Amino acid sequence: MQDAVARFVRDGDTVVIEGFTHLICFAAGHEIIRQRRRDLTLCRLTPDLIYDQMIAAGCARKVVFSWAGNPGVGSLHAFRRAVEHQGTLEIEEYSHFGMVARFAAGAAGLPFWPLRNYAGTDLPRANPRIKAVACPYTGEALATVPALNPDVTIVHAQRADAQGNTQIWGLLGVQKEAAFASQRVIVVVEELVEERVIRGDPNRTVIPAMIVDAVVVEPWGAHPSYAQGYYDRDNDFYVGWEAISREPAKLESYLDEFVYGVTDRAAYLKKHPGLLPRLKAKTQIAAGVNYGF
Amino acid sequence: MAVVAARELRDGEVVFVGIGLPNLACNLARRTHAPNLVLIYESGAVGAVPDRLPVSIGDPALVTGSLMVCGMADVFQLLLQSGKIEVGFLGGAQVDRYGNINTTVIGPYERPKVRLPGSGGAAEIAIHARRVLIVSKLSPRGFPERVDFITSPGDRVQRVITDKGVLEPEGPRGELVLTALYPGVEPAEVQAGVGWKLRARPTLAKVDPPTPADLRLLRDVLDPQGLFLKS
Repeated sequence: MQDAVARFVRDGDTVVIEGFTHLICFAAGHEIIRQRRRDLTLCRLTPDLIYDQMIAAGCARKVVFSWAGNPGVGSLHAFRRAVEHQGTLEIEEYSHFGMVARFAAGAAGLPFWPLRNYAGTDLPRANPRIKAVACPYTGEALATVPALNPDVTIVHAQRADAQGNTQIWGLLGVQKEAAFASQRVIVVVEELVEERVIRGDPNRTVIPAMIVDAVVVEPWGAHPSYAQGYYDRDNDFYVGWEAISREPAKLESYLDEFVYGVTDRAAYLKKHPGLLPRLKAKTQIAAGVNYGF
Repeated sequence: MAVVAARELRDGEVVFVGIGLPNLACNLARRTHAPNLVLIYESGAVGAVPDRLPVSIGDPALVTGSLMVCGMADVFQLLLQSGKIEVGFLGGAQVDRYGNINTTVIGPYERPKVRLPGSGGAAEIAIHARRVLIVSKLSPRGFPERVDFITSPGDRVQRVITDKGVLEPEGPRGELVLTALYPGVEPAEVQAGVGWKLRARPTLAKVDPPTPADLRLLRDVLDPQGLFLKS
């Protein structure tokens, strides 16, 4: 992870760590904080706790997002402080579909994406990059959002082979679109598998090796997010974040202990004893299918 | 509120489930009168049958046993934008006289007094679902005459389910009026939680109280930790 972040994440980059609740790569976010990257434009549908931590650590110049909260719990307080009081953070805001469409355009090599959204909402007033276009066939007015082409996208996944052929199951979020839209792609996996495992079930491959620059093997690298079939979401951690992020001093000491205070993910995991019995996924194996011809 | 909201759902309908109380209402409906309700979550789970009440709309329990799991581009384009969703269920920090919802900012956008989470999928749910239901607790701050920011327009709102009664749009502009009261509630109590001069239908319907079975399901099975029932 150290090498991948050192090589592929640079100051001033537009960075995407995607994953909708599922497969959010906290391990990569922590490494970016440790390597003290600055002036990043952080894009995600849901900034989640990981961007709250990166904002608090001073990595972010700007956040591009569509829902900035702690799901089912409350606020991202470092984000809110930066927006409400300090005015230190630039924001660019869409709806979820708007963000999804931005990644889709970027992945497809198009300059924008049309959508039937935003009629009657104030979002275009808040964000002048949401524009409108007349359909050349029917004349109807459509909203448009600009393509998003990140410098680097980091995708957490269940498994990949050494070349970077990456398989994901469970919630897929916008991992595929974000990876295809990006200049550089880092894949972080729970498990490294042989190529024959990938070839045995090719429909499950979401990201092919041809767009991957680095593969990092980092078990539990998504904690406190989750990996379907590996470990559950650490909801207690998400609930506990409310009290930590509300107080800048507490957030600072959290980062000191669990991010700056450890060298890597293995050391982070040593500080969280009992995760395995508490969060290990139950078994529900899918039946195989016949791929023969 | 959760029970009244659940009653709005008909068996077999396709419902786009939002976070919080709507989530509870949909899962209550599925376990009572609407076992064939198709729950769709914006995270990509279609026909979800969660074994535990999902804390977030991206909970892993939504995946296990669901009918389909797709990427979010498919959710928003193939399911929502193309009109496959019958009911959209939304909550909101502010709801105004015309059913517009604000989940973005309190105060001016550039210098917000309170920065709320934003749209998420709410803007597109409000625009594309055929029928929109809102669940929100009454308070003068929560029901202002005009919201500070329109995150989700009120055009398709059919019911606003509150903790004291039900509001529905009437007239050409779709102004919300009081149409039903919970047992023991006076119209003045509803007015006290609304920031405009609330009109009422001449005859107000009475909302039946929750059955003991509903309450048992909510408190003992669906939300034993009081995650969503705390208020």
